[in-house]
Amino acid sequence: MGGKEKEKITPRRRFFTDLAHHIGLGAMGVLLWAGYTSKAKSSPLTLRPPAALDEEDFLKTCIKCGLCAEACQNRPQNKDVNGKQLPGTLKMAKAGDNVTIGTPFFIPRDVPCYMCDDIPCTKACPTEALDITRVTNPKTKELDIKMMRMGVAVVDVHSCIAFWGLQCDACYRACPLLDEAIKLVYNRNSRTGKHAFLEPKVDPDVCTGCGLCEKACVTEKPAIFVLPREVALGKVGAHYVRGWDKKDQQRVKERNLNDITTHDERSKKKPIDYLNSNSLGL
Amino acid sequence: MKNMKYLILRRITQITLLFLYFAGNAWGWSILQGDISTSLLFNKIPLSDPFALLQILATGALVGANVVVGAVIITLFYGLIGGRAFCSWVCPVNMVTDLATWLRRKLLIDKVEPKIWMSRNIRYYMIALALIVSAISGLAAFEVVSPISILNRNIVFGLGSGLGLIGAIFIFDLFVVKNGWCGHICPLGGFYSLIGKFSLFKVKHDHQKCTLCMRCKEVCPESQVLKMIGKSSITVNSGECTNCGRCIDVCNDDALFFTISKYIKENKESK
Repeated sequence: MGGKEKEKITPRRRFFTDLAHHIGLGAMGVLLWAGYTSKAKSSPLTLRPPAALDEEDFLKTCIKCGLCAEACQNRPQNKDVNGKQLPGTLKMAKAGDNVTIGTPFFIPRDVPCYMCDDIPCTKACPTEALDITRVTNPKTKELDIKMMRMGVAVVDVHSCIAFWGLQCDACYRACPLLDEAIKLVYNRNSRTGKHAFLEPKVDPDVCTGCGLCEKACVTEKPAIFVLPREVALGKVGAHYVRGWDKKDQQRVKERNLNDITTHDERSKKKPIDYLNSNSLGL
Repeated sequence: MKNMKYLILRRITQITLLFLYFAGNAWGWSILQGDISTSLLFNKIPLSDPFALLQILATGALVGANVVVGAVIITLFYGLIGGRAFCSWVCPVNMVTDLATWLRRKLLIDKVEPKIWMSRNIRYYMIALALIVSAISGLAAFEVVSPISILNRNIVFGLGSGLGLIGAIFIFDLFVVKNGWCGHICPLGGFYSLIGKFSLFKVKHDHQKCTLCMRCKEVCPESQVLKMIGKSSITVNSGECTNCGRCIDVCNDDALFFTISKYIKENKESK
């Protein structure tokens, strides 16, 4: 047989082939795994427990132990009139919930947050993914559940029957921060000419996102509902100034122009030059 | 029943723990609360999965003191009694894969199917991958795919989807690779192999009594750790031994038994 001589594999060659093999397998593993993990993050509409860190940090820190959900469900006051255990507010995400698997979340229209004064869920967290300092009054060092910001209630004025002129104040009455987080705004009903609209209006600076309003809403699908604050709220930015607000004025005085980045080069001219120039087109 | 002592004890331990977890959630029992990633014992003592904590730290997160204390307790505990005692005495997936392996033996699959070879070191690569992917993705990587915590949570917090993964592992172990998941891939098993290397509890072999029936190697989920069978009277020193005691159960010659440490000294003497 005059076949080819068997190719010789030197130790050096073997080393590099082995190395390439291992690196390749490792890279494949990372690609597949990281690809899956990036899909495993929660829907932006997920509502987290009280005092949760911001979503990105929360996902990093939560160990998925469920101690918060157990503390919520098994708190002594969570019983019906016959002493039967009620389901807790916090659920542990399963595959298909569109929430990172094993992390706690809640759906207010199923079970809202009852804003316990002793905040058992947050106290139970071993990793501080639920950060007790977020619900602790910095001055008195006492727990203050009103400081939590799980989300904010939003009203769909088209399906809210109060905006039709019907007298419904279910959400207003259900709100644990009565007349603070939801206020009723009286407007004249020009259709009848002699009635008032009692329109619910949410104050996002006060609303905790507990969802008791959403649970109480009488329409088939709630016309008031809680959304995560990042989803529901806008952001003004630093360059709008309230001329009537002393604090805002102070902020403008204290800012350093060099810290502010602009898209274009900053004009050297003064505003008055602009008014005096012809560029207004007058 | 004589040769099932440790098997029965293990099943009792595994099921009792699952029941206590379940009761902790369902009825507020305060013996064992939380789940297998972090628990609270008697409402006071935190117990945490050190591998889960490592992944969390790899994402760059700062964590509370409780989980660190819990992870130290667990590391010391398994470091003492044999790391992979977790696998055979606590982990719920062990019951699934043991069933697959038992069925595999009964169906004579190893005798019929061509064997597929897989390195048992994959699990150590998986540890490294889990930490790298955690750092890249900002999410504890093994914790979002771990069949261990998925099965555990399914039992503690109510059944839901995600059991497909458990079914896949069962089929993999039954038809693809013997002890495929627990003995080759699972990074948590790999992690506890490393922790348990120097534990006090070890299986010891007495080769004078051994009749070379090889029943122990047949049932051992990590049969490579039993390489001294019939050769020398030493302890099983590999961290990959799960301390499941199955080899002791099936041995009819009393040639295998648990010992408590001193193993380093004795091993030196026997050489």
